[in-house]
Order: sequence, then structure tokens, then C-alpha cells
Amino acid sequence: MKPFICHTGIAAPLLRRNIDTDAIIPSREMKRVSKRGLGEGLFAAWRYTLPGGREPNPSFVLNGPEYQHTSILLAGDNFGCGSSREHAVWALAEYGIRAVIASGFGAIFHTNCIRNGVLPVRLDESEISALAERVQRDPQNNAVTIDLQQCHIRCGDFTCDFFLEEGAREMLLNGLDPIALTLKQRKAIDSFEQARRKEHAWAFAPLEECVEGVLP
Amino acid sequence: MAISGASTLFDKLWSAHSVCDLGNGEALLYIDRVFLHERTGSIALQSLHSAGYGVRDARRVFCTMDHIVDTFPGRGDKTLMPSGSEFIVATRHETQAADIRLFDVNDPDQGIVHVISPEQGLVLPGLTLVCPDSHTCTQGAIGALAWGIGSSEAEHALATGTLRVRKPKNMRIVVDGTLRPGVTAKDLVLHLIAQFGANGGAGYAVEFAGTAIAQLDVEARFTLCNMAVEFSAFTAVIAPDDKVEAYLAGRDFAPKGEHWREAVEYWRSLRSDAGATFECELHVDAGVIEPVVTWGTSPEQVAGIGGCIPDVHSFTEPHRREAALRALQYQGLQAGEQIADIAVNAAFIGSCTNSRLSDLRAAAEVVKGRRIAHGVRGVVVPGSRRVKKAAEREGLDRIFVDAGFEWRDSGCSMCFYAGGETFGEFQRVISTTNRNFEGRQGPNTRTHLASPATVAASAITGSITSAEMLVASESLIA
Ligand code: SF4
Repeated sequence: MKPFICHTGIAAPLLRRNIDTDAIIPSREMKRVSKRGLGEGLFAAWRYTLPGGREPNPSFVLNGPEYQHTSILLAGDNFGCGSSREHAVWALAEYGIRAVIASGFGAIFHTNCIRNGVLPVRLDESEISALAERVQRDPQNNAVTIDLQQCHIRCGDFTCDFFLEEGAREMLLNGLDPIALTLKQRKAIDSFEQARRKEHAWAFAPLEECVEGVLP
Repeated sequence: MAISGASTLFDKLWSAHSVCDLGNGEALLYIDRVFLHERTGSIALQSLHSAGYGVRDARRVFCTMDHIVDTFPGRGDKTLMPSGSEFIVATRHETQAADIRLFDVNDPDQGIVHVISPEQGLVLPGLTLVCPDSHTCTQGAIGALAWGIGSSEAEHALATGTLRVRKPKNMRIVVDGTLRPGVTAKDLVLHLIAQFGANGGAGYAVEFAGTAIAQLDVEARFTLCNMAVEFSAFTAVIAPDDKVEAYLAGRDFAPKGEHWREAVEYWRSLRSDAGATFECELHVDAGVIEPVVTWGTSPEQVAGIGGCIPDVHSFTEPHRREAALRALQYQGLQAGEQIADIAVNAAFIGSCTNSRLSDLRAAAEVVKGRRIAHGVRGVVVPGSRRVKKAAEREGLDRIFVDAGFEWRDSGCSMCFYAGGETFGEFQRVISTTNRNFEGRQGPNTRTHLASPATVAASAITGSITSAEMLVASESLIA
């Protein structure tokens, strides 16, 4: 996974609340059994003039010339709510989004971001409006810097701190593979499982007997 | 006052599965069951495989074909979704290679993941269950700790048998009193979301308690917990009771004999202790709830069927006012319009929220001896093939077909739009599903969420109608 340490980029405001993962990537855009090829479908229903079409809708923020090469989204509360589809994060990442700044995130989406090197930043709504207001004046010349080591954001004379849970922060800073990390605890998992099997045999027996039942 | 040592039901489930504390509020949780489906499961298995990891214990992993599979009778691997069969074939291939039990397209036990996991007894009280699908919270209804995850997390659970999870806070929603006749768990949950906001549960695991919850049958509890994610909760739980025991007894994968007795004894300890601390507690009087429907594109945009669409100026918070304006524009509606005057083009009965036998019975009771309004399309999709068979044994299929509904094979169907079947642009659908987001049922399709009885009654009159209103209007004519 690509680590996230410090990033400077163009930010685009998309300040609606409750932008759900169906809106981030409509299900019809998930065409292949693959994590790739999704960037084009990002925000498809808003970004293009017709469903399924590719004609850019000029009124959609990311289509504006001043927002070319956007890599940071400024969003409203509860960003990424709804469906658990990780395709939403894959689409954002493929499009080039490195961080989303919102006052709240859908819980599943938040974890999906961490697992894919996309930084979810929680800020107060008032801070986001202040940041958006500054960016909007001239997006290309008001790049936003997000420093995950210092947990600090700046854009011109706008600065603020943010908080990210330490576990998630370490994962992102170091680009860690959580599976590899957890497998280091295999012994603890094995002994937990053994104890659980003893204490709660009912939780295992039906599946194991069934499987054995169909064996010759 | 918190009593020391007193735990909530959620805390008990959490600590019973905590392999170790990872610090910073995170724990490594043991996962008893993983359920996959063809929409996201195939990708998780493929990616796991290519990263060089194996499945830790395939006996505790299950997979179904529900999301993309056709629901037309006589179906095969082909679906109306372009490239849909690619997902089906890949899922079959990947599950076979990993030795995972698959409920394939035409398996007699196939169905929507959240319908079949309890139907088969694959999920049980006191177990953890995860699935790359946000409505996995449905299973909290029987006292399981179940929640939706993304694909990467599914890979993690498959490879390690665990997940690294941050512990949410505890919320209790106490629903006391008795639901009025004709008011269902669907109305209750929409009412809750309307009252406390679509974001009201963010950061919490919610326990539903109170006399009204105790009165709900198990299938109604699934409906309630299904929509916990629409309330932004991590998940929901309900303490298992004798109704849950009766529901699970004899199910294919439920424990038997001595194991059953041990299980039941343990399940009876799965309740919040007196004096346990909830960071948030909400109270609801069940008796005041009426049949409701959503008018907008968020599950919190709800109105009584006898009422009207609210004046946007009644929303004091600017973001709610803006959201209401946008929703009305998308939905093609006006503030102040009477809900009962809204004409519908289609009625959909199905989804993991409301496609179980009791839901189909409730809808059939309304439909029986009546006809769908001219020009309205009605579709009924049982949640599983077992539900379908049971409904057919009772003759419910005849009732629906005679009334003019399509009677489908089981699956998610038009609950969501995958690029295949849809009711069409600007079509207004009254639907027993759980999401009314823009485009959820197809580009520019307009969704109104409601209970099965309301959807059935609306199909008959051709405009949004509760079952009670339908009966009252007929007696006026007669
Ligand atoms: S029925 Fe709808 S909400 Fe439920 S799992 Fe299927 S697509 Fe998701």
C-alpha cells in the first residue's frame, strides 16, 4: 500500500452532506471483477450529462478547468455512507484523490480508506467552510498541504490540526499490510480459537459435522 | 448510575471475541463466520489469492449468488447486467478453488445473504459474522455481533479469522408501548431515522430494547436491525429471547442435541446487565407511530401517509433545507403536496429488509381479491428460494399473480441498479427496500420506502396509500 506522509494538492469542494457510496461510484460502473478501471466511473451520475455517458457535465465541480488535477476532496458530513463497496475508495484513488476532508465519514468507508492509502480527515464544518472559501478563490494557486506526521493542514494562512486514531495513522504513514501484521499474532489467534472451541463447541460443531457428513 | 462490572450486551459480545487489545481503542476480534456474495466476494477471493494468502478456515465461510443474479424464472448464469455473468462465473470458480460452500444460482437454499444466513442457522446468537455488505447488521436481530465490511476487510477476515476493529460506543434505543395495528417494524425504523437523523447512530453500536421490541416477531426484528446502517450505526443488537430460540431450533446449521442445550444456556446470558452504561439512550413511544413513507432521497426524509411533504422552510438547519430542496427536485415533488396524492408507476416487494415469509403474507393479505391499478407495474421477489417455496405452498404466489404482480425467483433484484434491470428513468417506485438514494434503483428512478402492506395497498390504488386507507376508501364506495 502506498504510504501517506505529507501531500500537497488541489482541493475541490463538494460540500453536500451524506454523499453515499452509490453516488461516489454507481453500481452500474462496477463492470468487471477488478479493483481497477473504476476512476472513470467516479461520481458518474453527477460528472456526466447522461447515465452511462461520458460527456462531461460542465456544472460538476471536478469538471471545472480550475479543478483539474484535484487530489483532495472537501466534503460534507457523513461522506461515504451507505453501501460497503470498496469500489468507492478504489475509484477515488484511481482518479487521483489522496485525501478526503469531511466532518464525518461512513464507518465502513472510513476503514476502506485506511486500507487503501487514502487519508480520511475529520474537521469541523466551520473549518471546512473556511478552507473551502479560501480554496475557491483560486484553486490552482491555493493548494492544500496535509501533513500526517504532524496531523496538520495548511493552505496559505489557513492552518489547523486534525486527529486520526493512532492505529490508522501508523498504517497510513508506513503503508502497512494489515493482513501481514495480524498474521504475526497467529499464535494468539490459534490459542484463542482453541479456548473458544472448548468453551463454545456449539459454535463450531454444526459446520464441522456437516462438512464431515458429506465426505466419503 | 453505572454499576461496576455491569456490561451491555454489545460489550459482552465484543469481549467474548477479543483475541487481544491492539491499543488505541482497537481490538483484534475473532470472526466466527464470513459470508460472501458474487458482487464483492469474487473480488475479495481473487485479490486474496493473488496476494498469496489462503483462507484460514473455509468451513466457516459461505457464499451466495444474490446481487447480480437474474430473478426471472428459469434463470441461469446470464443476467440483464452487462458482464454480470462474469461475476457469477468468477465467484463459482473462486469459491470452488477455496473449498467454500456456495449457494449457487439454482441451489434450493439460494437467496439474499441476509435472508439465508439465519434461515440456515449459519448465524447464531453470540457469534460474530461479517460480510462485505453494509446490511449485515440485520443479524443483530438474533443477538449476533454482525456488521458490514469492505473487500479488504473481508480478505483480512478470510486470511486471519479476525478483524482489527475500533470499538464503537454503546447506544440504547428503548421502544416502549405497542405498535398500532397496521404499523410495522419498517414504519418504526423509518420513524426512528426521521426523528434522530440518518446520522443519528454514527459511532455507536445500538441496542434495541423495550416492550415494543419484545413484542416484535423475529422477522420484524430483522427488518428493524437491517436499517441500522441507514441510521449510520456500526451495527444493532437485540437480546435473544425464546422467540429467537424457537426461530432457530432445527435449522440446518443450528447446533443439535447437547450442543443446542449448551448454546441456549449461553444465549440466555446475552443481555445487558442492569446498570450497564450506555453513552447515549433514546426513548420512543411505539403507540404514536403511524404508517410512514419516505418522500426524499435520504431515509430521514419521512412523512406519515396521511400527511404532506413538509415545507422546506420548516427545516431550520440550512443543510437539511438544501437537502430537502435537492431531494424534491430529484423526486419531482413539491413541498406541501399530500402524500396520498402522489401517483406511483411501480411497486416493488423484496430485498433483505422485507422479503421474508411474514412480509409476503402481509402484502398478500392486502392484495388478495384485488387488482393492481391500471398502468402500475408490481414485482414481488422472495428473499430466498425457501421463502419462495413456502409462499407457494400457501398460495401466496397465486394471490400476487392474480392481482397482476410479477412473481420472481429470489435475489436482490431491483433493490439496486447494477446496470441491468430497472423501473426506468423518472419512474416512481414504492418499495419495501432500504435505500432511497439518488439512482439507487436506476438512473433518475424515484424511490419511496415503505412497509410491505403500504407498498401492496399503493399498487392497488395507484397512489401512495396505507392498507388502512385502502380499506376505508373501499367501504366508502361500497
Ligand atoms: S437486497 Fe438490496 S440492500 Fe439487501 S443485500 Fe441485496 S442489494 Fe443490498
